[in-house]
Amino acid sequence: MSLQGVLGRFRRAPRVRKPPFDGWRELVTPEGVDLRLKVGSYAERFAALLIDYVILFGSLALFSLLALGVFWATKAQWGSEALGVVWLLGVFLGRNFYFLIFEAGPRAATPGKRSMGLRVAAADGGRLTADMVFARNAMREVEVVLPLTFFLARGEGVDAALISLGALWSLVFVVFPLFNRDRRRLGDLVAGTMVVKAPKTVLQPDLADTQRMASQGIAFTPAQLDAYGIKELHVLEDVIRAADRRAMAEVAARIRTKIGWDGPTDLADRTFLNAYYAALRGRLESQVLFGRRRKDKFDRG
Amino acid sequence: MAELHLKSWRFRAEREADWRRLETLLAKAEAGGASRLRRDELLEMPVLYRQALSSLSVARAISLDQSLTAYLESLCTRAYFIVYGARTRLPERIARFFGRDWPLAVQALWRETLVSFVLSAVAAIVAYVLVGRDPDWFHSFVEPGLASGRDPTATTASLRDTLYHQGGANDALSVFATFLFTHNAQIALFAFALGFLLCLPTAALLVMNGGMFGAFLALFVSRGLGFEAGGWLMIHGSTELFAIILAGAAGFSIGWSVCFPGERSRVDAAAEAGRRAATAMAGVVVMLFVAGILEGFGRQLIQADLIRYAIAVASLLAWLAYFYWPRRPAP
Repeated sequence: MSLQGVLGRFRRAPRVRKPPFDGWRELVTPEGVDLRLKVGSYAERFAALLIDYVILFGSLALFSLLALGVFWATKAQWGSEALGVVWLLGVFLGRNFYFLIFEAGPRAATPGKRSMGLRVAAADGGRLTADMVFARNAMREVEVVLPLTFFLARGEGVDAALISLGALWSLVFVVFPLFNRDRRRLGDLVAGTMVVKAPKTVLQPDLADTQRMASQGIAFTPAQLDAYGIKELHVLEDVIRAADRRAMAEVAARIRTKIGWDGPTDLADRTFLNAYYAALRGRLESQVLFGRRRKDKFDRG
Repeated sequence: MAELHLKSWRFRAEREADWRRLETLLAKAEAGGASRLRRDELLEMPVLYRQALSSLSVARAISLDQSLTAYLESLCTRAYFIVYGARTRLPERIARFFGRDWPLAVQALWRETLVSFVLSAVAAIVAYVLVGRDPDWFHSFVEPGLASGRDPTATTASLRDTLYHQGGANDALSVFATFLFTHNAQIALFAFALGFLLCLPTAALLVMNGGMFGAFLALFVSRGLGFEAGGWLMIHGSTELFAIILAGAAGFSIGWSVCFPGERSRVDAAAEAGRRAATAMAGVVVMLFVAGILEGFGRQLIQADLIRYAIAVASLLAWLAYFYWPRRPAP
């Protein structure tokens, strides 16, 4: 083997450049359909964590108050001992199993995550198992408790230096999700899980109810419908669904000038927009059926 | 008038009822697990799920209604997680965990278990020798909160009293035992969680724990209470120390796979080791709980040294047999 050949073996394989991360992740089901999951954003996950801790510490505080109340009421020696045991066990179970129990359930989300529309999923798209959930939550000790311990610790001299070094070190775990694709924290990495957006969407009425429109006798010429592409169609859909009067008036005015509208002028903005939306969608969809997707109004392809 | 409608409108009108049906089934299943569904509903679910999936594919191809595709995406994702989600119920899962998963996970960690046992043992021996030579070393090994008065300044008589507690009412020993249990469980979780840092913090925790054990033993031996202290420590210690050694082993296995991932990528290797180690760790918490019960009650009720030793040896043998008894690999 020549020297070149030997060196070639040690050279790094050319790096495949991945496309920039856009917050979406593909998840192909066994049926071969890509579900396209949205990865939970930092803000949502942080909010979910805060909500969970408020719930957790709120209930722990309530539990402690209750224990204290019972202790104060009974004042019995055996009572104080049993209460101490119950309190310690309760705090331990709450601290370690709150996340575990909720995430191992059918919703795979704690109350905080659920309120933010998040859930835990296996990163490879497979089944989320109990041991994954256990692993990701056992790592929480390192990611939350350890940094907190360092930041709350007080010391002087060498101790202070050590504590600040420890705080810096433990900060690495806190900022870990900022530096990887899919925004996984350390526990996610060790467990092979990720947090994805799984909101419940409501099926909204179809805006393209052409029957009603046809009865009103509004018609557009093909040239008028060629003014816009799919992107504009989607923006128009958002505007109509948001139903903001001023936005609709402005958009309707723009479309009227753009297409040179010469039909009835006393038409309400909403009716006009609805009609134009339905007609535009019909035209673009029939183009799609013939294999042409017109991206936006500049796409003259 | 039907031909006046858009194709996508008709497409939606024809299938909407099925989607709504799937949605109600999903809401039911998400509220209380698949067990809430009736038998015919259970059979219906995968069919509806596949219909929704194919609807999604078609909608992406022909419909430009983005609210429709968003709805179908969310519906299919929810259905996917239910259909391909965990299927076993909790009692079955628990039975499987104790019958197979836990012992197999522990067996797979035998190398790491050996390493963490050797580390703890060496630390214990070193601490024993050091404290035996100079009792001042004791304070370097044992936290004052855990010693609770059992240190070299205590008299022999008071040390003996701590070994044979006579069930006095003015003592919160069971609280102390519970405190020890939660403390040990947190230590074990840390030993596991810190393992991925190339094993080093886990090793440090094991050394500290072993050192504490050695120091305690040296203190009692120096007062001629070695045999008695052994019984007092080991009645629950054989379970508890085994648990902590296993926790260390779980941490090591993650750290090791991060250092030497083999053919896989580091992330994949860590994830695989993490899942296996997590199963072992869940069991470690159970072991610590057993140890806590032995400590809190067994030690108070049983005052004879020989019975204490018998329980220690029996529980150790039971754990060893349970973990390492050969099992057929999963089918």
